[in-house]
Amino acid sequence: MRKVSAAVSLFVFWVLLSGYFTPFLLTAGALSAIAVVAVARRLEVVDPEGHPVDFSGSALRYWPWLGVEIVKSAWDVSKIIVHPKLPISPALVRVKNTQVSALGRVVYANSITLTPGTVTIVAGRDEFLVHALTRAGAESLAEGDMDRRVTRFEGAQ
Amino acid sequence: MIYAPAIVALLVTLALALVRAFLGPTLFDRALAVNAIGTVAMLLLAVLEFLTGRPEYTDLALVYGLLNVVGTIAVLKFFRLGDLGHASPVDDEEMR
Amino acid sequence: MTPVEILAMVLLALGGLFCVIGAVGLLRMPDFYTRMHAASVIETLGAGLVIAGLMLLAGLTLATAKLAILGLLIFFASPTATHALAKAAHERGIVPVLEGDASGDEK
Repeated sequence: MRKVSAAVSLFVFWVLLSGYFTPFLLTAGALSAIAVVAVARRLEVVDPEGHPVDFSGSALRYWPWLGVEIVKSAWDVSKIIVHPKLPISPALVRVKNTQVSALGRVVYANSITLTPGTVTIVAGRDEFLVHALTRAGAESLAEGDMDRRVTRFEGAQ
Repeated sequence: MIYAPAIVALLVTLALALVRAFLGPTLFDRALAVNAIGTVAMLLLAVLEFLTGRPEYTDLALVYGLLNVVGTIAVLKFFRLGDLGHASPVDDEEMR
Repeated sequence: MTPVEILAMVLLALGGLFCVIGAVGLLRMPDFYTRMHAASVIETLGAGLVIAGLMLLAGLTLATAKLAILGLLIFFASPTATHALAKAAHERGIVPVLEGDASGDEK
């Protein structure tokens, strides 16, 4: 089932990139998608990590929230940059994470990095080393709202 | 006309990032600046598509973006291990 | 210009503005780790607004789909590259300038 969905998504990707709808190119696209999935199956990468289609639903709930967070913190960082005094208070903090799977930890670490003002430096099993541009940014991360949402994201499926 | 402000802004960004790439002082500052330049170049290519009306430019931007990430990681790996041919010994143990 | 074009121009100009702000931050920030935060402004808000403006101009066409793929590529790839940079710098022993000593000493 996962293989079928991987092949279909690859085919859609092909069509979007090519933009041609002649029978020959559509057939070639379908064959390429199937060939890629066949190779990927032998490499054993068509698993929940390589083709995480199960997470589509929870991603649709998580990404809008993440988008709003990114815009908010990007705005804060921009204000700091244009401020004449450059009011930064950089901090290194250890942040606990409650995800059980490697995928969940990757999502959390990448979410932290994607949000301007905080960057994951070392991603460990249940603790991340995070560099924050301001003390306030480090504190809001320590409240764990994002952590809870990512844990819900990985558990929901 | 629609694109003028964006193109000027993106070119200014490129110039400023280039200054950071020259100033350094560490290798990582330069790599960061080059990475930012890559992102801005992608955006510039995307805007150029609309300016010139040639849809090929987005494909160029996509390929540029892919090469940008691979390039950054390859440079980092090269300077850490002095060699591109080996798997990183550290990463595997930590995540499992 | 039609209203859509004006809105697109505003989005594009705002995106460009945030790119410039990020680049200014890249020059102003005192050390490598703080510069990383400035660069991520370019990669999130700057790139996002520029792509949103272009998508608005393209309307519901294949060009919009390609721009969406471009946006997703930046969305997935930029944190990975940033994290790789941060981790490599950390392992090389580059010490971040922390709150007390914000004088901006560059080694």
